[in-house]
Amino acid sequence: MNNPLLRGLTQSRYSRRDALRVAGFSAAGLALAACGVQGQKAEAPKASEVADFWSTQQKHGKVVFANWPEYMPPEQGPLKQFQQATGISYEYKEVIQENADFFGKSEPQLRAGQPLGYDIIVMTNGLQLAKMIQLGYLVALDHKQLPNFAANAGAKYKNPSYDPNNQFTIPYQAGVTGIAYNTKYVDEKITSIQSLFDKKYEGKVGMMADAQEIANFAMFAVGVDPDTSTQAEWEKAAAKLKEQRESGVVRKYYDQSYIDAVAKGDIWLSQAWSGDVFQRQLAGEPVDFVVPAEGGTIWIDNMAIPKGAANPVDALMLMDFLYKPEVAAELTEYVQFVTPVPAVQQILAAKGDKDSKALAESPLIFPSAEDYAKLRSYKTLTAAEETVFNGIFQSITQG
Amino acid sequence: MRTRFGDRLLYLYTWLIILWLASPIAVMIMFGFNDKKSKSNTSWQGFTLKWYQQLFEIDGLTEALINSIVIAVASTILATVLGTLLGLAVGRYRFRGKGFTNFLIFAAISTPELVMGASLLSLFVSANAPRGHLTIIVAHTLFSLAFVVVTVRARVVVLDPSLEEAARDLGASTWDTFRLVTLPSIMPGVAAGAMLAFALSIDDYVVTSFVNGSTQTFPLWIIGSVKVGIPAQVNVMGTLIFALGALVAIANSVSARRRAR
Amino acid sequence: MKRSRAPYWLALPGWLWLAIFLVVPIAAMASVSLTTGNLIDGFAQTLSVSNYSDAIAKYSTQLVRSLVYGGVATLLMLILGYPVAYWIAFKGGHRKSMFLFLLLLPFFVSFVLRTISWGFLLADDGILFGTLKGWGLLPEDFHVLATTVAVIGGLVYNFLPFMILPIYVALERVDPRVIEAAYDLYASRFDAFRRVVLPLSLPGVFAGVLMTFVPASADPVNAAVLGGTGNTMIGNIIQTEYLVNSNYPTASALSFTLMAVLLVGIFIYARALGTENVMEAAAR
Repeated sequence: MNNPLLRGLTQSRYSRRDALRVAGFSAAGLALAACGVQGQKAEAPKASEVADFWSTQQKHGKVVFANWPEYMPPEQGPLKQFQQATGISYEYKEVIQENADFFGKSEPQLRAGQPLGYDIIVMTNGLQLAKMIQLGYLVALDHKQLPNFAANAGAKYKNPSYDPNNQFTIPYQAGVTGIAYNTKYVDEKITSIQSLFDKKYEGKVGMMADAQEIANFAMFAVGVDPDTSTQAEWEKAAAKLKEQRESGVVRKYYDQSYIDAVAKGDIWLSQAWSGDVFQRQLAGEPVDFVVPAEGGTIWIDNMAIPKGAANPVDALMLMDFLYKPEVAAELTEYVQFVTPVPAVQQILAAKGDKDSKALAESPLIFPSAEDYAKLRSYKTLTAAEETVFNGIFQSITQG
Repeated sequence: MRTRFGDRLLYLYTWLIILWLASPIAVMIMFGFNDKKSKSNTSWQGFTLKWYQQLFEIDGLTEALINSIVIAVASTILATVLGTLLGLAVGRYRFRGKGFTNFLIFAAISTPELVMGASLLSLFVSANAPRGHLTIIVAHTLFSLAFVVVTVRARVVVLDPSLEEAARDLGASTWDTFRLVTLPSIMPGVAAGAMLAFALSIDDYVVTSFVNGSTQTFPLWIIGSVKVGIPAQVNVMGTLIFALGALVAIANSVSARRRAR
Repeated sequence: MKRSRAPYWLALPGWLWLAIFLVVPIAAMASVSLTTGNLIDGFAQTLSVSNYSDAIAKYSTQLVRSLVYGGVATLLMLILGYPVAYWIAFKGGHRKSMFLFLLLLPFFVSFVLRTISWGFLLADDGILFGTLKGWGLLPEDFHVLATTVAVIGGLVYNFLPFMILPIYVALERVDPRVIEAAYDLYASRFDAFRRVVLPLSLPGVFAGVLMTFVPASADPVNAAVLGGTGNTMIGNIIQTEYLVNSNYPTASALSFTLMAVLLVGIFIYARALGTENVMEAAAR
């Protein structure tokens, strides 16, 4: 196997530079930093190269899955079934806390050609996943080995704008960004995104600190489709946000703590993620959720195989296994996020118990076709665009 | 000794501050008994003991807690030893490089955590050192060390060195002088530094998140679980850490009273 | 006395640790702060000092804000913490270490749990303010969360033990009988305190200020969790630049700027405090 690209896909390369670094790491580390960080921008691999790569790989009988805590039932039922069905043993590690943190930590390792030690990682579509793809840190998938994905994934989860043809990723779970409001304080039915900008809710509106999240909603508010948006339109959206901030309508730019604030009434309405709201409704708290008429955002947590993974074939088999409807249903029952497998809804509905029924009937777990039609992804940005985009929106959230 | 009104007021005030610092802990303990119906754990829904019964049922969480304790103990010991010696050196002596040493201590405290974590990671990556317990201990020792030095130094500079000279004049060896004279006199500083080091280590997120490899610690696991919902077992474990600490404090106070008699 | 080699032996292990794990990374960071480029195309060493001027120009508001918040919080900690350290040192008796331990104990539990609990306690209509509003003692729109007061309060809360412990450590050496004697000698207790106790505690105060002002000014957590719009501190900016924007040069340049400003601040403070001990302790 002499193709450097293929080697680069899954193996760490040991060069003289590596040897030097190991030998006198302090001095060499300094020297390295002094020369700057080498760019790793990778061209998209050709189909034939990908096929060549996969033809040389074989099953190893084990797989290491890196995921977020609480993102799998504690008994790891789906993984145990996988082991029974295939004889492949698994290691499950709850090592991902944040996309940014995980990328910040993984990037230097991958750049140095050191494997992460995981065969599957889970990351949300967004800036960091885009960088993983652009830097060539993910292994192109072999869709011939993903029959369940092809058969069972919903249309909205195939061929996403951030990863055309699912070349590097397939969805694990998903969620919708809409508006949550506390029905104890808000006595109207919220339907429009303009409510977030309404003077009458001065100081009672929460927005998200994340640039992509806040930008999407501002663009919906000024009637722009994020996917096709231009810099001029970002600035127009930013002006809307600036006005919202300066008039005191927005109380704070939140991380996930917005949901506590809504549930307690610190804020009355906020940008919100569907999964959080579902949990509050289960707890009997007075929170309602709506995908605004102007549009909402769909975000997807994706499974991917990082460069240097030791067991890519086993990883593919596990990724595909999670697309069996009954396995996906078990995941949904525990995680209670939006599943990329629509067939899960019937399975849960057929189970008949109260909890499954609540899940199957909730539009927060299974968005309606009408809602799906309104959903857009985050804007996919090039490196140059990202600098401009982040600059525009961070000056509002972090001013 | 007369007890003045002012002293009693200060006594009350001290307890007030302790209670203020501990007030969120009361909420944390309460929600460890919450019979919650969903993954969120912020509204009271009835009393239960089931989280105590299921305390160790989340493998990843249990492992993370054990890791955190092991790492905190190890890095506290290392930081206390290194920091005490360094604190003695800069607090007591005039020597070449003292100014630079003080500068380094300052740098260790003022380096933003994120930069410390990121630059340590690139060092470990350059050295191809596998990340795990060891690298976390190294990192925690690094930032705790500076706090121990500063605390010990605050003690050393107010001490009178003549006692040690007297001991040496009487023929005590360097080691004996250190063990029998120096160490006991700086002990409050060492103990305070060690406590700070432990608190810094067991609650660290940012630096750890860079250098941990695939080793999870308690704070990391909790932050990751925010996405789906923090399980109530986390509250219970927090409660147990707190209760254990309170027991240690009380035992310590009782034994000190016995010794004082 | 001939020049002793003792300090070198004492300092050696600590030096090694700091040299390998602090000096090398910091030097690398200094180098990164002078590069230009982006993550995708790579960063090239261009020795561009403009990273510094650009970063300062762009984020001067947040930088100044951080120093103000850090300074105010430190002053409050000193005022709140000194009496506690004083009481424990002189009147704590055999329970001294118990009191210190109790002060620190809440910090053994993850800050996420403490934060969530504060959110519960301080909610606009929560257990505290909701009740007071119910009694008509507070206006309906009163709130603490998402304000500057909350951020500074959070800093005070989180770093207070780091002020109390070093002051205690310095005061504890003083024999309480000396204090009693001083109280008998001087006309007023305040005079006695000012002339006897305060000077003895200054090294502790210096250590406390160093260990609170510096990390509090660089802290990213409290502004993010407790602040509202317009409370962003420089620590948050460094995080965003590094983790979200992958703009390593700007993040490094900002970190160095922050460290330099803090160093100057601490130096001026040591100068103003002026005792010989403190001067010695000052980072030179």
